[in-house]
Amino acid sequence: MTFKTDLPVMMPVKPHEPEPFLRLKLWHVVPIALLCIVGTTLAFAADGDAKQSPLAVLMNWAPLLLRGFIFNLVISVSAMALGTAVGALLGLGQISPNRIMSGGSWFVTQFFRNAPWLVLLFFAMFLLPFELSILGLKIPFPDWFKAILGLSLPVMANVSEIVRGAVKSLPSGQWEAAESLAYTRRQTLWLIILPQCVKRMLPPWMNLYSILTMATVLASIVGVSEVMTLTGRALSAEGGRPELLAPFYGFVLLLFFVYCYPIARYTVRLEKKFAVIN
Amino acid sequence: MEFFFDWFRVLNQETGVNLPFLYDSYDRNRIFNGFLTTIWLSLVCLFFSVIIGVIGAWLQASSFKITRRIVNGYIQLFRNTPPLVQLYFFYFAIGTMLPRVENDWGGQSPLLGSFAWAAISLSFFAGAFNVEIFRSGIEAVPKSTVEAAEALGFSKLQIYKDITLPLAFRVVLPALNNNLVNLVKTTTLAYAIAVPELLYEANQIWSDNVNVTEMMIFLLLAYFVLVGVLVGGMNRWERSMKIPGYG
Repeated sequence: MTFKTDLPVMMPVKPHEPEPFLRLKLWHVVPIALLCIVGTTLAFAADGDAKQSPLAVLMNWAPLLLRGFIFNLVISVSAMALGTAVGALLGLGQISPNRIMSGGSWFVTQFFRNAPWLVLLFFAMFLLPFELSILGLKIPFPDWFKAILGLSLPVMANVSEIVRGAVKSLPSGQWEAAESLAYTRRQTLWLIILPQCVKRMLPPWMNLYSILTMATVLASIVGVSEVMTLTGRALSAEGGRPELLAPFYGFVLLLFFVYCYPIARYTVRLEKKFAVIN
Repeated sequence: MEFFFDWFRVLNQETGVNLPFLYDSYDRNRIFNGFLTTIWLSLVCLFFSVIIGVIGAWLQASSFKITRRIVNGYIQLFRNTPPLVQLYFFYFAIGTMLPRVENDWGGQSPLLGSFAWAAISLSFFAGAFNVEIFRSGIEAVPKSTVEAAEALGFSKLQIYKDITLPLAFRVVLPALNNNLVNLVKTTTLAYAIAVPELLYEANQIWSDNVNVTEMMIFLLLAYFVLVGVLVGGMNRWERSMKIPGYG
C-alpha cells in the first residue's frame, strides 16, 4: 500500500550516488574544433569574394605546418632524452650521502626548477656559441640544437626532483632490509630501490613530457622554425587576412591537443594502476 | 643611494660587468616598471585563476551532465595545448574579431590591450589546472561532513561555501602553491605579445647595451627571488591556516 504524504522519510529511496566521473572523449572535441574552423570558413565563404576560403588556405598550408609540428616533436623527444639522462644523475646526486654532492645537486635542481622556461631558453640561445671548435674541428651549433639544450635544462631539474621524490617515497624498510642482507649501497640502489622507483616515476615523467611538448613552441620566440614560426610565416604570406587567424591558430591548438590528450589520459590510467592503496 | 649606483658605474668601467639598470636612471625605471608589470600580471592572474578554479570545481560537481561536460572540455582543452598558442589565439584571433574603440588621440585601438589578453589567457590556463586541484580537494572532504551539514539544513551553496571549500582549501594548498609558482613563471610568455614585463624590459636593455650575460643572470636571479617570495608567503599562509588535528 502507498502513503499519500510528502514527508521525506516516506519517499521511496533514491540512490544518491554521483554518476561516474565523465570526461569529454577525444572524438567529442575533434568535431567541435572542426565545427569552429568550418563554421568560420562558411561564414566567410558566404561573402562571395574571389579569395580562397580560409579552410582551403589552411589545407594548402597544412602539410608544411605538419612538418613543422614533427620538428616540434623531434625537439621534445631529444630534449626529454637529454634532460632525463642528466636529470637522473642529478637526482641520484641529491640522495647521495656526500654532503657537498647532495647540496650542490639540490641547488642546481632548485635553481633550474624555479626559473621560467622561456628565460632558460633565452639563456641557452644567447649564451651558447654558434659553433664550437675542439682541436681545430668546428662543430656548428644550429639554433634548434641550442633550443634542445635550453629546453632540457628545466626538464633536467624536474626529472631530478621526480627521481628524488620516488626514492624518498619508498618505505625505509626496503633500505634496512637490503642492509641486513649485506647489500652494498650501490647494489641496494641498483637492484632494489631504483627498479621499484621506475613504476612510481613513470606517470610524473610522462606528465613532464607533455608539458615539454607544449613548451617547444617557445622556440618560435627565439627563431627556430617550428610549427608556430611557420604559422606566422604562412599567415603573413597570405597577406595577413584577419579571418585566417582563428583557423590557423586553432589548427595548431588542435595538433597539440591531438598529441597531448592521449598522453594525459594514459598518464591518468597509469597513475590509477600504480596507485599505492593505503 | 647615489653612491651605491655610482659604484656599479665604476664596476662597469673597471671590470666590464655592465649592469646599466643600476646606474642608469632610464634603465632603472624600465626594469622597475617591468618588475611591477610582472608582479601585477601575476597577481591579476592568481586572483582570476583561483576564482575560475573555485567556480569550475563547483560546476563540475553539479548534477547536470552538460555542465560537467563543458567544464571537463574546458579543462582538457587548456591543459593539453601550449599556453603560448592559447595566448596567440586569444590575442591575434579573438582580439582582432572584437570591435575597435576610439582612443584618447582620436585613433583606433583594440578593445583590449596586450596586457588584458595576457591576463585573460593565463588566467584561463592556470584556472584549468586549479579546477582539477580544487576538485581533488573537494573529493578529499569526508562525505559524512557533507551529510552532517545536510542534516543541519544547510543549502547546497552554503555547504559548498561554508563547509566544503574551507576544508578543501587546506588540503589543496600545496598543489595550489605549485600551480601558482608555475603561473608566475608562465607570465614570461606575455613577452611574446609585447607586454612590458620583466623579460621584455630586460630584452630591451640587452638590445641597447649588448650585455646579454649580465641581464640573463639578473633575470634568473630575479625570478628566483620572485618565486622564493611567493613560496615563502604561501608556506606561511599554509601554516597559519592549519587546523589542529585536520590533515
